[in-house]
Amino acid sequence: MSGDKTWPNGTMNVNEGEFKDFVKKYPRAIVDCWAPWCGPCRMLSPVIDDLATVFQGKVAFGKLNTDENQKLAMEFGIMSIPTLLFFKNGELVDKQIGAPPRPQLEAKIKAFSQ
Amino acid sequence: MEATHDLIIIGGGPAGFTAGIYAARAGLDAIVLDAGMGGGQAATSPWMENYPGFDGISGFDLMMKMKEHAAKNLPVIEGALVEFVRKEGDTFHVNAAGTGYAARALIFATGADYKKLGVPGEQKLLGSGVSYCATCDAMFFKGRKVAIIGGGNSGATEALHLKHVGADVTLVHRRDTLRAEKVLQTKIAEEGIRLLLDMETLEIMGDTSVTGLRLRNRKTGKEEIHEFAGVFVSVGVEPNTELARSVGVETDKEGFIIADRGMRTNQRMTYAAGDVTGGLRQVITACAGGAVAAMSAYEDLRTPYWA
Repeated sequence: MSGDKTWPNGTMNVNEGEFKDFVKKYPRAIVDCWAPWCGPCRMLSPVIDDLATVFQGKVAFGKLNTDENQKLAMEFGIMSIPTLLFFKNGELVDKQIGAPPRPQLEAKIKAFSQ
Repeated sequence: MEATHDLIIIGGGPAGFTAGIYAARAGLDAIVLDAGMGGGQAATSPWMENYPGFDGISGFDLMMKMKEHAAKNLPVIEGALVEFVRKEGDTFHVNAAGTGYAARALIFATGADYKKLGVPGEQKLLGSGVSYCATCDAMFFKGRKVAIIGGGNSGATEALHLKHVGADVTLVHRRDTLRAEKVLQTKIAEEGIRLLLDMETLEIMGDTSVTGLRLRNRKTGKEEIHEFAGVFVSVGVEPNTELARSVGVETDKEGFIIADRGMRTNQRMTYAAGDVTGGLRQVITACAGGAVAAMSAYEDLRTPYWA
């Protein structure tokens, strides 16, 4: 990758306007789609924050508040949260629905990061 | 070698937090381990009106209050998914998220997970119209036709929640009357939520997203197809007993841990509380079980009943 693409430090909140740029900017990006009233989302959130540091420089992590960005959530056909969207070079390649145990999620992201 | 605690409580839901509060206040060196951030299934309930002291509160808010209360009394360790439990002599060794813990007594407050229907389409359409958490996903179905399957308190509460966010709701139940408490049944009627009773779900239909349900009327035997954009499943729970069974704890024929009045299991110095023991499966009964289990552990640690 060219040097000007600095990786984010930790997770970044993304909204409708920033979303497309965000997933295109990094060769690997994961977006955590959540909402404030969703218990499982709030359980997954700190795990994502931590994994963002584990995979720093390999995968960019974003968070999308589906309540504030309903149009975008609909565009991706999200009907259940938490949902993780996996992007390779801006292309949606995988979805993870629900909050899996951390080891399972970490293994999946590890495979995705390579 | 890890320090040996008096008591390890596995699971940070209503039972585990209450057990922790009682154990710590009795003077035990206890810890709570939770796989997530605490709260358990209760944290996913949209609204509760039967927990005394709160005439209406979201499950999440109530559980975060309980967690805060517990954490004032003892260590509550989050993100500690227990991988295994092993007994050596009189000591239990617990491994959670790569860290070893040890204690002389254990309370299993491991709760339960939602049960699946086990019908075609359910797995395939998860996240594409099939949901087990109305609190999480109701918003995506504003103005759309949804079915909630299950006529207990959870099903009825979730049906009301879906209605309140603006979905067009039908409640599907296997029997001819709902199991939900009277107050909820009255609200269901007042809100104009449609009921499809005596209906067994045969299939969740849809290719890339849910299009409907194939049902069988249990009285007439006739099959019917109803169109829905979303299906919310609320048909009971599956207790999490794997860890308990690994140290010889007995379960009943429905899979719940068998505990006596003191919440003691068949294994010495192991106790169980909350949804993992079955019964009424309410926050209040889980709390009660947790308190009793903690006090039994206290008694047995201080003056063993077998000595």
